[in-house]
Amino acid sequence: MTDMQPLISAQSVSRSFDVSRSLTDILAGRQPKIHAVSDVSFTLRSGETLGIVGESGCGKTTLGRMLVKLIPPSEGAIEFDGRDLSDMDRPAELAFRRRAQLVFQNPFDALNPHFTILRSLQEPLRNARIPQEEHDDRIAEALRMVHLSAPEHFLKGYAHQLSGGQLQRVVLARALVLRPDFIVADEPVSMLDVSVRAGILNVLREVRDRLGLAAVFISHDLALVRYVCERTLTMYLGTVVEDAPTRALIEAPLHPYTKALIQAVPVPRVDQSHDPLPIHGALPDALNPPSGCRFRDRCPLAEPRCATETPELRDVGADRRVACHLV
Amino acid sequence: MLLNVRNLMIDYKTPRGNVRAVDDVSFEVPAGAVVGVVGESGCGKTTAVRALTRVMPGAARFAGGSIDFEGRDLVTLPEAEMRALLWREIAYVPQSAMNALDPVWRIGHQVEEVLRDRGGMGRRDARARSAELFDMVGLDAKRLRDYPHQFSGGMRQRASIALALALNPKLVIADEPVTALDVVIQRQVLDTFATLQRDLNLSVILVTHDISVVAYICDYVVVMYAGRVAEAGPVADVLSKPTHPYTMGLYNAFPELAGDDRDLSPIEGAPPDLLNPPKGCRFQPRCPFAQAHCGGTPPEVQVGPNHRAYCHRARDAAELRTKARRAETWEGVTAA
Amino acid sequence: MLQQADEIVLPKRGLPGLGALAGLWARATAIPRRDPFAFAGLVMYLIFILVAIFADQLITHNPREILFDAEYDLARNLPPGGDHILGTTYSGRDIYSQLIVGTRGALIVGVTAAVSVVTIGTIIGLVAGFFGGIVDTLLMRLADIALGVPFLPFVIVLAAFLDPSQWNVVLGIALLLWPQSARVIRAQVMSLRERAFVEAARVTGAGPWRILFVHIAPNVLSLSFLYASIAVGWAILTEAAISFLGFGPSDSITWGYMLQDAYASQALGRGQYYWFVPPGVSIILVVVAGFFISRGYEEILFPKLRD
Repeated sequence: MTDMQPLISAQSVSRSFDVSRSLTDILAGRQPKIHAVSDVSFTLRSGETLGIVGESGCGKTTLGRMLVKLIPPSEGAIEFDGRDLSDMDRPAELAFRRRAQLVFQNPFDALNPHFTILRSLQEPLRNARIPQEEHDDRIAEALRMVHLSAPEHFLKGYAHQLSGGQLQRVVLARALVLRPDFIVADEPVSMLDVSVRAGILNVLREVRDRLGLAAVFISHDLALVRYVCERTLTMYLGTVVEDAPTRALIEAPLHPYTKALIQAVPVPRVDQSHDPLPIHGALPDALNPPSGCRFRDRCPLAEPRCATETPELRDVGADRRVACHLV
Repeated sequence: MLLNVRNLMIDYKTPRGNVRAVDDVSFEVPAGAVVGVVGESGCGKTTAVRALTRVMPGAARFAGGSIDFEGRDLVTLPEAEMRALLWREIAYVPQSAMNALDPVWRIGHQVEEVLRDRGGMGRRDARARSAELFDMVGLDAKRLRDYPHQFSGGMRQRASIALALALNPKLVIADEPVTALDVVIQRQVLDTFATLQRDLNLSVILVTHDISVVAYICDYVVVMYAGRVAEAGPVADVLSKPTHPYTMGLYNAFPELAGDDRDLSPIEGAPPDLLNPPKGCRFQPRCPFAQAHCGGTPPEVQVGPNHRAYCHRARDAAELRTKARRAETWEGVTAA
Repeated sequence: MLQQADEIVLPKRGLPGLGALAGLWARATAIPRRDPFAFAGLVMYLIFILVAIFADQLITHNPREILFDAEYDLARNLPPGGDHILGTTYSGRDIYSQLIVGTRGALIVGVTAAVSVVTIGTIIGLVAGFFGGIVDTLLMRLADIALGVPFLPFVIVLAAFLDPSQWNVVLGIALLLWPQSARVIRAQVMSLRERAFVEAARVTGAGPWRILFVHIAPNVLSLSFLYASIAVGWAILTEAAISFLGFGPSDSITWGYMLQDAYASQALGRGQYYWFVPPGVSIILVVVAGFFISRGYEEILFPKLRD
């Protein structure tokens, strides 16, 4: 854990998707592309937790999927323990799969409906060629970690018999049976009732503290990220606009978009501010992002140069980076 | 009082037996007020408000109680009168905005159809009114020509609000209107909704599982648990003086941006199976403060003006509130 | 925090193969149980299967034997009753025994054709939907070709060209009917491929074939059952049609052969309803039973049909 070598390093990672072509595109021989993720770089060491916040469509899910090798980057490289994810043979990939796991957003869809819960938990062990006599211990260990009480009641049952909160704990346990070194959790509580979110967040915190693994937590709600992550990236339309220790990011956000995100976080109090958010409209069309700073058409502070110059993500001291001309 | 729901009971026929999904639920909606109905999935909140429109799933039926809407009982109102009332006086914004909009028609066509068919307007008036409605909910009238799939989640939600407001209803029932949305969009949609509510003096029933939405926009709140009302009253009173342990739990489980980095306090366990609900207080198996006498039907306790709670330990509420703020209190109360 | 730490007891493992088989059986049978029509279909199938198995015990005469009466006259066109439950044919054969033996032929054709149609269709659908790209394009163009071939003439030509045996009828049906199930299963696989639990299998290290056959295939199995129960009816109908048109195997007795024999012997004109009605009704019953069962599956697969 004192290892200074990063476990994960993303180097100028971009990912675009082809969009179906209109007749004029076909005639002009064009292939329009959506740039879901553009030029994202960061590193993550063992024991570190990184939050990624932004609205849907900001590329955070695509980034998460690249980190666990579900899709390859179109440009740039992601290295895990010094090895390029795009350059792995089957044994190397299997070794990677044993060490990197994903927790899904929708627990109601993340388990095979035809598998018993026990079978779903055995499946990763079997794929990883873990000797069968270890399976029961590993599964019991993972279930303890996610605080699933009385598992004997539902291990032989199926996913549809469990509540959302229980399902998400099972999904977490499935990720933990392999004792991974790296976990990506993509909006793990957004589909759950507020009352059960707390339980899942506590489990994530505990896992972070006890296992010392590297974790990426993706969410649109900074209040959730704060409970789990030391460091947070704000993403907007495929780019990183701010990168800072979470506490500093919340207490003194630098980028206008981060400020809006923070003000939008819901609070269960009557005496909260009802001021309009410092942000206009909705996310622009990803096919034709604005020139210069991508946030400029929603930004309350935009100046003429924001339309012409693209702001670089630059170091502003105190372990922070921000991409804004006005900072 | 615009709407007065008294001792409402709704049964569901299931293959395993009868389930009382809504059990003795009473609440009121004053004219021009926003009432939040809050609770976990399966607590009966959607069933209870859907009953106000009488558009219910086939297996559900009224088992008792009354729904007084301006002197008419919606439970017994003849079908034709009920139909005339829907959309013109009571409008419903369903949980999933995608379901409210037909994917094969342009959105403008759908709004106009409501205006012409249910509102008896001419084509030209309907067109003008559609544009006005879109403007009201913060959408560009040009987008009336779009199909639902061309809209983002937030825009769809705005469009379905516009659709609900088409015929100037007095009461709007919105079922989880912002649940699937990101925080920024959620806030923007809530702001639009709040502005419209004030400007048009609408009465609103808003169903949600999120107590922060209630805090942001509602005047009154009804907290439901396992088919029954646990606590109800003005939002400010209920949030500052929660008296039912379930309300305290909902409040303390909420992850906040400010404050110290403490462990959150989840409400352990899951809601009971309504086929076989626990005797007495239904929250008792998950309640950290449960005592022997909680096996009896909980009394209605008047906490303040219009503020009631159904809890045997309501008198100790002040002490319980302090305890409930600590995460340890909620640990280990696991109901099997 | 870990108060329940030591109480976790995992359930004992059963035989994995048997468990999977039991699960399959439970799924195959649970569905019709909920629907009275499907249940009726299942009961009808069961009766036909029992008759087919015990055909040798149930018949009263050799169905091919030309019978003579006590005066050594040909026992032709006898009405039902006495020694002959359903009477005899123009050439003096026992109709009841032919009907019983015909059950066996019909079911063999129906079941083998259904199994081959659905096996081919399921495998092609799975592979095309999962791998996509060039594999998918090739297989689907093949499906288009098979769909474009006129069904009955093709089976007739095939049977005439190879040999008029019921196996060639089965072959013809298998070659032409697989695209329908393959297309539906392919579409299903394409949507399953994007589901989170399939991605979860990838993330936990499952290889493509394991994902396809262990994680995806069980989810399309109910569709396969649906198409199998439809294919049984189709196959029996086709075999009957071919035999009725006179292109059927000459060596075996099937319901279609009986109808053809009755037609050629002008049984209709003589009002020998006991000759052609029983095989006709049997065909209808078996086909309807198959559709009843498929209806049961459909209601489970597409729950909206229920209301």
